[in-house]
Amino acid sequence: MTIDTREPEAAPEPPPPSAKALRDRRVKRTWRKALRRDWQLYSLALVPLLFFLLFRYLPMLGNVIAFRRFVPGGSLFGETWVGLRYIKIFLDDPTFWQVFGNTFILGALTLLFCFPLPIVLALLLNEVRSRFFKQFVQTVSYLPHFLSLVIVAGMVLQLTSIEGTVNQVIGAFGGSPIAFMQGPQWFRTIYVSSEVWQTVGWGTILYLAALTTIDDQLYEAAKIDGANRWKQTWHITLPGIRPTMVTLLILNIGTFMAIGFEKILLLYNPLTYPTADVISTYLFRVGLVSNNFSYAAAIGLFESIIGLTLVLSANAISRRTVGTSLW
Amino acid sequence: MITDPTELAKRLEKPAVVRPTRVGDTRGHRIFRVVNVFLLLAIAAVTLYPFVNIVAQSFSDEQYIRTGRVNLVPRGFNLKTYEIIMSDPTFWNSYLNTVVYTVTATLISLVLTTTYAYVLSKHHLKGRGLLVGVAVFTMFFNGGLIPNYVLISELGMKNTLWAVVLPNAISVFNLLVMKAFFESLPKELEEAATVDGLNTYGVLFRIVLPLSKAVIATMVLFYAVANWNSWFSAFLYFDRADLFPVTVYLRNMVSGATTATSLGSADSDVGQVNSNIKAVTMVLTVLPILTVYPFIQRYFVSGVMLGAVKQ
Repeated sequence: MTIDTREPEAAPEPPPPSAKALRDRRVKRTWRKALRRDWQLYSLALVPLLFFLLFRYLPMLGNVIAFRRFVPGGSLFGETWVGLRYIKIFLDDPTFWQVFGNTFILGALTLLFCFPLPIVLALLLNEVRSRFFKQFVQTVSYLPHFLSLVIVAGMVLQLTSIEGTVNQVIGAFGGSPIAFMQGPQWFRTIYVSSEVWQTVGWGTILYLAALTTIDDQLYEAAKIDGANRWKQTWHITLPGIRPTMVTLLILNIGTFMAIGFEKILLLYNPLTYPTADVISTYLFRVGLVSNNFSYAAAIGLFESIIGLTLVLSANAISRRTVGTSLW
Repeated sequence: MITDPTELAKRLEKPAVVRPTRVGDTRGHRIFRVVNVFLLLAIAAVTLYPFVNIVAQSFSDEQYIRTGRVNLVPRGFNLKTYEIIMSDPTFWNSYLNTVVYTVTATLISLVLTTTYAYVLSKHHLKGRGLLVGVAVFTMFFNGGLIPNYVLISELGMKNTLWAVVLPNAISVFNLLVMKAFFESLPKELEEAATVDGLNTYGVLFRIVLPLSKAVIATMVLFYAVANWNSWFSAFLYFDRADLFPVTVYLRNMVSGATTATSLGSADSDVGQVNSNIKAVTMVLTVLPILTVYPFIQRYFVSGVMLGAVKQ
């Protein structure tokens, strides 16, 4: 979540030595000099670089199987070219459009609740005067973040079971128990509330940090000018944390498509597929349960490209409009 | 920029905005403060409830859970299920697996992250921007599930420790946190050490690392908790139950019980017995984290800040 990875003094990258080096003596010599001087540093980077190439970039190339027929046990990059065949299949696949819609709805709901609520909680915490109380609430609200998704899913299933607490509350108000996990109409509510439960507290950290950097003198000045607390919050506090808000919004938009894959996988069942099944869980079943690797890779590639496009456009829009961007 | 996590934690504890004047508060604001306290207490209660509920269930007799009478306190208090689970060799085997995976993965992650972060912190290094870019790009684009699965299979890493340890060895977020820390160290120290004849490795091991205990501790915590909690790689790449970490053991138990209840079968006994056993397993799985949580929480917080507050 580093906000700015660009380094002011980093000059534009010289081309890699192999390409232009033969023609450009000067570049070649400086690279040689750099290598001679810093070879020990470069050597430290070798194993991590190998990690990135093998486990991050090779799978990106591996996506080529979306356009080739892949045979399990065969080559990593598939056997024969089939062009856009798999893309066409999923564009014609009604299940794909259903899971596409589910992904979009769950993503939008998550963004709608999980983005603003940490800001609200941070503002509320900021108004607390007792240091002990503030610390207590923070400690408690961070706790769910440290849980395994398996535990979270287990808790959700227990709480929403027929004899679970949620149904007891419903019973106390005279309602009849609801089989939450057997009907698709409840999945979105359950998913989003558990997501809020797990992420809101942790999400406040960066906002609380941003709040500490706001200059107290601004509040003093506003008070002298007659601003009440609400106006102080509106005109000083919120603008003060705006860069943090924008950064986190861009990051949230970037993960829009890759919505809670592991948690949905743990929570859903065939009865809730109509609302719970998202692109990533569908491709998991298509690819790894039904062994249709090429088709699943095509869906996955589509998903990643939408995700990348969303980050890039959110970043570009934000840079133009509010002047904050990730890079 | 603040670099020492403990200093950062201290700063965080300080009330964000100091407003000493209480006299001038309006009535509306006083009401707000009272409402605010109750609201925050309610949030804390809702957050804590699922934990309390699970612990209560784990000590309860299953017939009380079945009739929905266990909420905050155990009913029919007993340690029977704890005894059953703790005498189950399968459970202990998966617990031990989790420990082994966590320790191995954390060590490997730590070495890779530290070395790469150190290289990235050297601003004079030629090609540094490219090295940063190689890492950062993977935050926004990844190969996806299927190509990763195919790769791990082709490498013959299925059903081996490496499948859960290597593919996520470097977290780019952690890398950037560490890089920010190294950049904040005084350059003069390293220059002096170089003049005294230490080479790059010597500087890293004898000068930089001893100064970085705080950030290394943070990294150990980040990686250890992530590895302790992870389940998906093991679920994906292990076919043999004797390799499962405790999270997958628990997942299989949870999903088994779900199927029983979701089918709405009349003999829901199976599902109900499971809910007590499930609760015990959940408590035991989360126990190490809950035990260290009070001590590690502030380091986590300052670690996140370290990566984020960059000015």
